[in-house]
Amino acid sequence: MSITAQRPIPALPLEKARPAKRRRSLSETRNSFALTMLAVVLVAGFLSPLLRSFALSFQTPEQISQVGAPLWPASPQTYDYQGKKYSVYKVPIDGAIRDMALVKKGRTESQLVDPANPGAGLVTWQGSWRTLDPALTFAPTFDNYTDVWRLLNYPRLLFNTAAIAIIGLIGTVVSCTLVAYGFARFRFPGRGILFLILISTIFLPTAVTLIPTYNIFLRLGWVGTWLPLLVPAFFANAYDVFLLRQYMLTIPREMDEAAAIDGASPLRTLISVIVPQAWPVIIAVGIFHLVYSWNDFFGPLIYLSTKPELQTLAVGLAQFSANRSAQEPGLIQAGTLLTLIVPVILFLIFQRVFMRGVVITGVEK
Amino acid sequence: MIALRRPRMSRLAWHEARSGLLFLSPWIIGFLAFTLIPIVATLIFTFLNIKLTQDVPLRFVGLDNYIALFGDSQVWDSLLVTFKFAAISLPVAVILPFGVALLLNSRSLRASSLFRILFFMPYVVPFVAGVLIWAQMLNSDTGWINGLLGFVGIQGPDWLNDQTWVYPGLVIIGVWGIGGGIIVNQAGLKGIPTELYDAARIDGAGWWGQLRHVTLPLMSPVIFYTLVLAVVEVLQYFLVPLVLNQGTGEPGGTTRFFNLYLYQTFFSYQEMSYGATLAWLLFVITLAITGLLFWSARYWVYYAGESSSSA
Repeated sequence: MSITAQRPIPALPLEKARPAKRRRSLSETRNSFALTMLAVVLVAGFLSPLLRSFALSFQTPEQISQVGAPLWPASPQTYDYQGKKYSVYKVPIDGAIRDMALVKKGRTESQLVDPANPGAGLVTWQGSWRTLDPALTFAPTFDNYTDVWRLLNYPRLLFNTAAIAIIGLIGTVVSCTLVAYGFARFRFPGRGILFLILISTIFLPTAVTLIPTYNIFLRLGWVGTWLPLLVPAFFANAYDVFLLRQYMLTIPREMDEAAAIDGASPLRTLISVIVPQAWPVIIAVGIFHLVYSWNDFFGPLIYLSTKPELQTLAVGLAQFSANRSAQEPGLIQAGTLLTLIVPVILFLIFQRVFMRGVVITGVEK
Repeated sequence: MIALRRPRMSRLAWHEARSGLLFLSPWIIGFLAFTLIPIVATLIFTFLNIKLTQDVPLRFVGLDNYIALFGDSQVWDSLLVTFKFAAISLPVAVILPFGVALLLNSRSLRASSLFRILFFMPYVVPFVAGVLIWAQMLNSDTGWINGLLGFVGIQGPDWLNDQTWVYPGLVIIGVWGIGGGIIVNQAGLKGIPTELYDAARIDGAGWWGQLRHVTLPLMSPVIFYTLVLAVVEVLQYFLVPLVLNQGTGEPGGTTRFFNLYLYQTFFSYQEMSYGATLAWLLFVITLAITGLLFWSARYWVYYAGESSSSA
């Protein structure tokens, strides 16, 4: 947690070089197996809500609410017999379970027909039909996705979310790079104190600046526009400046000194010497901002509440789920998955850069 | 000041300082406009009777807002709610990432980088999406959590609608946020020199002994950092209940958090001055608690660099 220059931890710390490999003993293997199984169970539990959400998003309200509904999208099978629809049940006959359509329900005996062999006519089965389990077929529905696409105005909200994220990304990357360069390469009185102030803003409760800031944006006529979400991004933020500065401190000074001797201005040096070497961390800052902006809820909530057509996905989704009763979990989960898919994919593509960035901002402060 | 004895800045140094400040200027302007001036304005508001729609003449009211604060039972009730929730959620927010990081760092674990990605991934899920997904899991009839409890013969509670179980329920909803903490803890664990474990083993320390006498002391700065951030965060907690039940405070006022009250005072009742007073109260409480933590750090946080020279 000291503010020291350190080269960022290289990529993923894969396994440490082990001493000369000897054959693993039986107990080591057993240990390793048990621990890995533990991790599998934990991670399965940790991510199971995603699976649950995924399964629900393909189910109709009837499929979800049926008694003893399985976890997958399942509908009761039916069979048309002599012009009428009958439900199909799993019936134990002669020691085997067969799918039979229930034509006449009875408490002690029922009339059944075999959909595979309707020509055989009705079969009488002894026992209460209520004890039978319905035969289910795999019947996923895509209606939730098409409905939520329309009801949530998804394409519009997706565009808004992406536009706000990308414009903010440009502002964040440019402003934070400039400020980090100032902190990393120039000596001036008060630099240490300014840096300390910068870092301490991380710990500041947002409420203490919210009221006047909102008021100013209101007086400027910016409430109901994207400006309150975009403009502050152009004035740098503590996390990203810190991340960039730490990285810049590790770039040898010889190169920018050489550039300076050749007559390059400080800005020129930044663009042609520092930026090309700081790409990995600049990308990290960009991804951080995209994910942060995509997931931001409070900002769009307070500044865009009067303009649903300018709203972002996060707030749109929250309002959508608040306005719908819990009768339609499939619909809400489909909207949820459509909201989380972009940041999750971005993370999976850039996971190395992303996690390295978290390490630097988190550990070295 | 020392500057008295120092010769005047050379032309070169002056040049350098000017460039540096020029590069800093976006942040300095932003800091003044979006942080410093608003903080001061918030403080000034607390002595006025400003409303968003100023329907009464603006005037100086002295300490009226602060006096109102002490007579306002909603302030103390919502603070109590916040502290109750903090008491349950803070240990989880600190211990869980540490525990997962220990697991991920174990040399016996296969495919640890895959597990690391999977444990981190939910961290990037938009928080609204996470809340809606977990609310589904916690549903008393169809949720998998009660399904699992039912499987082992326990009748699960109606988590989010029960006055007792709502806090554990909210902690469960927050569990997808531990990714950052895992990564930070893991990096901290990797920084512990292996010689120390070798030495501890030679001294006869088992797994627990090594954890107790090597890992925990050396990890205390990281634990301290996660704790401070978690405290600042939990004091501002209110967005999850806002999404779950639109800030009604259900069940039975148990989710009327302090920051929710602040938010409603400002946005619903448009009371800027009173809202500002609440914001300053929150600020002072945050400062007091983090200050207390920093003071306590000298007794339990071990900085290797301070006493002896070490990496």
